[in-house]
Amino acid sequence: MMNYFPDEVLEHVFDFVTSHRDRNAVSLVCKLWYRVERFSRQRVFIGNCYAISPERLIARFPGVKALTLKGKPHFADFNLVPQDWGGYVQPWIEALARSRIGLEELRLKRMVVSDESLDVLSRSFTNFKSLVLVSCEGFTTDGLAAIAANCRFLRELDLQENEIEEKKNHWLGCFPDSCTSLVSLNFACLKEINLAALERLVARNPNLKSLKLNRAVPIEALQRILMRAPQLVDLGTGSFVLDRDSDDSETYRKLKATIQKCRSIRNLSGFLEVAPRCLPAVYPICLNLTYLNLSYAAGIHGSELIKLIRFCGKLQRLWILDCIGDKGLEVVASTCKDLQELRVFPSDPFGAGHAAVTETGLVAISSGCPKLNSLLYFCQQMTNAALIAVAKNCTNFIRFRLCILDPAKPDPVTMQPLDEGFGAIVQSSKRIRRLSLSGLLTDRVFLYIGMYAEQLEMLSIAFAGDSDKGMLYVLNGCKKLRKLEIRDSPFGDMALLRDVGKYETMRSLWMSSCDVTLGGCKTLAKKMPRLNVEIINENDQMEFAHEDSQKVEKMYLYRTLVGPRKDAPEFVWTLV
Amino acid sequence: MEKSIKFEKDLNLEATELRLGLPGTKESEKQTPSAIKSNKRVLPDMSEECGYEDNSNVSHVKKCDQEVAPPAKAQVVGWPPVRSYRKNCFQAKKMEAETTGMYVKVSMDGAPYLRKIDLKVYKGYPELLKALEDMFKFSVGKYSEREGYNGSEFVPTYEDKDGDWMLVGDVPWDMFISSCKRMRIMKGSEARGLGCAV
Repeated sequence: MMNYFPDEVLEHVFDFVTSHRDRNAVSLVCKLWYRVERFSRQRVFIGNCYAISPERLIARFPGVKALTLKGKPHFADFNLVPQDWGGYVQPWIEALARSRIGLEELRLKRMVVSDESLDVLSRSFTNFKSLVLVSCEGFTTDGLAAIAANCRFLRELDLQENEIEEKKNHWLGCFPDSCTSLVSLNFACLKEINLAALERLVARNPNLKSLKLNRAVPIEALQRILMRAPQLVDLGTGSFVLDRDSDDSETYRKLKATIQKCRSIRNLSGFLEVAPRCLPAVYPICLNLTYLNLSYAAGIHGSELIKLIRFCGKLQRLWILDCIGDKGLEVVASTCKDLQELRVFPSDPFGAGHAAVTETGLVAISSGCPKLNSLLYFCQQMTNAALIAVAKNCTNFIRFRLCILDPAKPDPVTMQPLDEGFGAIVQSSKRIRRLSLSGLLTDRVFLYIGMYAEQLEMLSIAFAGDSDKGMLYVLNGCKKLRKLEIRDSPFGDMALLRDVGKYETMRSLWMSSCDVTLGGCKTLAKKMPRLNVEIINENDQMEFAHEDSQKVEKMYLYRTLVGPRKDAPEFVWTLV
Repeated sequence: MEKSIKFEKDLNLEATELRLGLPGTKESEKQTPSAIKSNKRVLPDMSEECGYEDNSNVSHVKKCDQEVAPPAKAQVVGWPPVRSYRKNCFQAKKMEAETTGMYVKVSMDGAPYLRKIDLKVYKGYPELLKALEDMFKFSVGKYSEREGYNGSEFVPTYEDKDGDWMLVGDVPWDMFISSCKRMRIMKGSEARGLGCAV
């Protein structure tokens, strides 16, 4: 029946199909739908920049306006991937520029971006509106200056946790006076900023809804900025400290009064430097907050955090440091009844652990916040009993990431592995999509995961398991698995090679400090030409090259339609 | 001496002790009594079995071999899984805190002008008080939690972040240096009043 409709009708119907997975599904129905879909697709998501080439992207989706690209594997976040591994955006930007695609939005994660790329980007797309860079590196503020100067209709510049070399170039001043279209600006990861240029920029951009400052913006400047932008919905403070010796009661009063007028703020973050006695200035807006991120606010004692949280009855997402303590989490549990996402970060990852949370805090949260669906929890210890209780209280987990700071630590009460606890979680949260394990774990936990985690897409494993069986349970059972990353676990060639076809149904597999051998990886590579099997070997290559029985230190494999990449460095060996 | 025992605890030597051991081992658990409800801890044997206590360059964690970084704390590469950006932020703050001085004004009743001292320089109360005694040529009495400073006309006090005047020595040293805004050495009847209050 649909075949008798003109293409425009199909296109119009497809307009309502927005998620890229749904659009991918639509494109597989028949050739007609494939054709209509590909010409009308505007937003494209590429989870691995080496799975496809820019040329093929452009060929299939000539109308692309918004592109998301991801580069390095996730474990690169934890220094497990050496510098210069890859993930360069340059070829993408060059190809898009050459093809005269009308790119408007670019979102990059874990990629290497150069000043030249940013310059080309800024000059090649007249309607360019939005640049979001997450955990990227390789560029300086010169590149930002190009974006500021040349993108006449820029709405969004969002820099999240990037490594940016800062030149003395006042890049913010490169926004022309005619730039009045900004809606979102985030430069929290920079160390310096030109204050005068910032205040002028805010003053002439009345549509600014999201502003995240850096540590160089003092509290007095924040007050002036908020006077100009009371319409902000999303605020990241910079420095939130009143100078010790100055007469600061006047400043504090003005600040509190100004903040009070910002009735639209729903998301609050920053506090990169904070003096606890200034915190009460934000109390007036706490009751409107749905997202609060205090995870960079070191030096606030648990008691002060608790005082603040008591005002935040509408919180849905909370990111906090473990100095809140179990007692603080109990307050969160009794105050934030709508809480959906909680992230508790370690305030002192290598320290003596005097500020910490344990299973007690987590159980309290689960008991008070049944809507909880996303968790990231760094803690000193965890028990099976606690996890079982959490599983009973919260059955809606989509993301469950638990990091017990001491690797392979058992349940301290029973001295048992945490298999039963995690088993309970996956059994009760049937829609779980992402899981990170820690603590002492045997093959049994993987049996549970294979059996119950039917929707699981991403699994992170460290210091876990006893044998190949563990990995096999996961590969066999988790039909929707897309990303598997494993470190320091006794999984070897037998598990790796049992079902080689599985890896084409996944985005990628990372294995480091496991038992897979060079020979096993070679066998896999030979059987599966549409996988890139990369061996990352930072040690002496010559010595390594000849021993098939030698264990591979780091292996990263991913499906691809374009064969071995040509930009691999010397220490990356793609097996064929 | 009562005073020095109290200060020994305040110095919290355990926290600054250098040792090989991954976070979450026996020592660190001792410092979080409130966090652990049950009185069962990781048994000393457990942590020793895992080789945390040995001084060799390779320590064994249950079934896996890992390389141990040479410095005092044994760290596993890439563990805990915290983004380098976040780690660097906290490291920078730690280092900043360690290098910048913490100068506070010190006044003494009857003295014509104030002095400034860097609290960072001192490791604890005994050193600080000795330095003040030398600087202002007085002697401070014997400290006790119950009675404050006994046996002297002079009492060291400080103004904290909330603007209150507090007796020096009541709170742990770390808390003191992070909350002390300025100091005043009180003398005479005023001092005695403060010394008696708890």
